[in-house]
Amino acid sequence: MRSFEKALPEIDSRKIRIIAISVDSPADSEKLRESQGYTFPILSDGRDEVIRRWDLVHAHGGVDGADIARPAEFLIDATGKIRWVNLTEDIVVRARPEQVLQAFDGMNASGRSGP
Amino acid sequence: MKRSWNASVWWGSVLVLVGIVSYPLLFAKFPATRDFPWVNLLLIALGLVLLGVGIARAFRRPDAYRGKIFGSVVGVLMIACAGFFVYAIFVAARQLPASHGAPQVGQMAPDFTLPDSKNNLVNLSGLVSSPFAPNGAVGATIGEGKTAAVLLIFYRGYW
Repeated sequence: MRSFEKALPEIDSRKIRIIAISVDSPADSEKLRESQGYTFPILSDGRDEVIRRWDLVHAHGGVDGADIARPAEFLIDATGKIRWVNLTEDIVVRARPEQVLQAFDGMNASGRSGP
Repeated sequence: MKRSWNASVWWGSVLVLVGIVSYPLLFAKFPATRDFPWVNLLLIALGLVLLGVGIARAFRRPDAYRGKIFGSVVGVLMIACAGFFVYAIFVAARQLPASHGAPQVGQMAPDFTLPDSKNNLVNLSGLVSSPFAPNGAVGATIGEGKTAAVLLIFYRGYW
């Protein structure tokens, strides 16, 4: 998420909104935003409801054995349709901003969802 | 004859530990050193070589170098630490669920409403269709033009 914060100028210029989601409480998320300087919102899914509905649960993945979200990124267009998905198979390998910008530029070039 | 304290055992151990600890503390922050931890593997390998040199000379020239017993114990410990690092990065980090049921490209994103870190409720479909506000300003009404897309990032959490 650090790399996305750094890429905000390019993301903002394309009018892409960033939303992060984890099982952490709003207070923990706020602490993370302050300590890491994240300016995009972080949503709390403390009861795994959305994470479960999106089938992104990593059962017992937390340090205390709690169910948490697996890392995943989705790009959703202005009609609510999913246009790009990144489901990493390796916790240490995450989506990079370049991939998202490329996917966004690609979906607009295809003309199905012009800005 | 005064025996040397066998610095190579010490420096080797320090390098191995630095190689492991510097991953979460530093190198995981940069994609180029995170996706494949080559800096850390290099540090750990260098440390193990130094350690090996130190232990070898402790056995070959026990009159000149200390560390036959201490070096062996530390050596085994460091190999275990290095093994743990390799296991954590190359095995444990890849034990992720397949998430076959996750929404796919072309599908509509299942809508949701969740609280943000300031306890304001955020609704996905509302955000998608709202005027664009620069990131960091959810709920801000000032915006120019429509939101073109929303990037959802699910992550493991801060713990």
